[in-house]
Amino acid sequence: MKYLISRRITQITVMALYIAANVWGLKILEGNLSSSVLLGTVPLSDPYAVLQMFVAGSVITTDVLIGAVIIALFYGVVGGRMFCSWVCPINMVTDAANWLRRKLGISHVQKRVYMSRNLRLWILAMSLVLSFAMGLTAFELVSPISMLHRGLVFGMGFGFSAILIIFFFDLFVHENGWCGYVCPLGGFYSLVGKFSLIRVKHNVDNCTECMKCKVVCPEKEVLHMVAKHSATVTMGACTNCARCIEVCDDDALNFSIRNFIDKK
Amino acid sequence: MSKKKVSSRRKFLLTSMRAAGLAGIGALVWSSMLEESTASSLILRPPGALPEKEFLKTCIKCGLCVSACPYDTLKLAAPGDHKPMGTPFFDARDIPCYMCTDIPCVPVCPTGALDEQSVSTDGELDINLSRMGVAVIDSSACVAFWGIQCDACHRACPLIDEAIIIEYDKNERTGKHAFLTPVVVNDVCTGCGMCEHACITEKAAITIIPRDVVLGHAGSHYVKGWDKKDEARIKDATGATTHTELSKESALDSLNDDSELY
Repeated sequence: MKYLISRRITQITVMALYIAANVWGLKILEGNLSSSVLLGTVPLSDPYAVLQMFVAGSVITTDVLIGAVIIALFYGVVGGRMFCSWVCPINMVTDAANWLRRKLGISHVQKRVYMSRNLRLWILAMSLVLSFAMGLTAFELVSPISMLHRGLVFGMGFGFSAILIIFFFDLFVHENGWCGYVCPLGGFYSLVGKFSLIRVKHNVDNCTECMKCKVVCPEKEVLHMVAKHSATVTMGACTNCARCIEVCDDDALNFSIRNFIDKK
Repeated sequence: MSKKKVSSRRKFLLTSMRAAGLAGIGALVWSSMLEESTASSLILRPPGALPEKEFLKTCIKCGLCVSACPYDTLKLAAPGDHKPMGTPFFDARDIPCYMCTDIPCVPVCPTGALDEQSVSTDGELDINLSRMGVAVIDSSACVAFWGIQCDACHRACPLIDEAIIIEYDKNERTGKHAFLTPVVVNDVCTGCGMCEHACITEKAAITIIPRDVVLGHAGSHYVKGWDKKDEARIKDATGATTHTELSKESALDSLNDDSELY
């Protein structure tokens, strides 16, 4: 439970700091997840949003460029696709939907809808093509992620309807449908975080092949080595959510630092 | 029935065709959504905003300008506001821009979508340079044009007697009163909206509208001969002299010629 609780604390703290900055002027973290200022000085920007702006033909200022580089470096070198499970507020929505889905056993009665994991990369590519062709930030203008975090900080409007769509999509259409298949920001971070250091490691000697980890994992493919051989989870799609670590009763999965040097 | 064998070339062609088709559907749906969501042109942006087209690709929708605004004038468009989502705007009738001299909303913009240069002279911020919109008066709804004395907008204007001036005329209806009517000077008006906020009529008779929506442009070939500066534009003008041949027909015949009526 400790990782789940830490994730929720991180997610809620980030949003609470944004809200505190806007509502009470507590200037620790100002702005929102698209772009913000930490402690009144350090710029932080969403590298995917900045990429769309660049492709759309906007002149990128040093501020957002530095901000985007800081974020991209952090996830690229350290955290991997951690944004998705530790920061993104949509994670709580989809976690709730998928928890309910498991509890109700919807996957057992539903005919499987086929979707490719690569769909998000196609959507990512298309967002850049459309940004270029229309001179607009294509995903930013329709992103339900931004609708939610912006809505929490600056007022929701009808944004909750987009959140409900995602909730019901994950609940009734496809398990982990939004985060695991559709969201181009997740696709973006799975590319950025491909070579990051923090990784889940599987120790096959302890594994009892209960396969609980594969049930909870939102990106099951990344656990392909489970019960087969000891290895580090290296696929960029892993969000380091630690759900597999928490369900494992046999200490066969744990966080570790990726070892680039002595590779077998 | 035996299954027909599909050659690998055929498979490749069909798969690529399918991918292209699906991408086409996606692109059409997505681009029409974007087209619709950015179609609204009647949006008032914060001071120093780039032209709308540039603004839309440059604004990162972080809301730092909104946080910086001390009067809660600025808002970020939420779904349901019918404006490009997440971009800052204000409704002058509700809360106008109060023209802070230090313009807190502009320097905080990380992307330059709010351009500090456009609201500064010699490195000094000057809010009077902002052009958020222009005030337009509906003279049939404005009671000053009826002959009733009201100068609420004129008094509210931070550039009183510069951006809104009062014109005098005699009221022929009563024979002994005056019309004191407000007139907007388009070149000076910043579009802050304090006039619209102050307007006493039920629905404001003076409204702020984005400049590119309502202002005209005479074209560069009109030269004001009485204005030395404007006249200077054609000082070095060269070009061909054109000759139009005179019609040989009688001028009276043109009255019977109806070809240009249709």
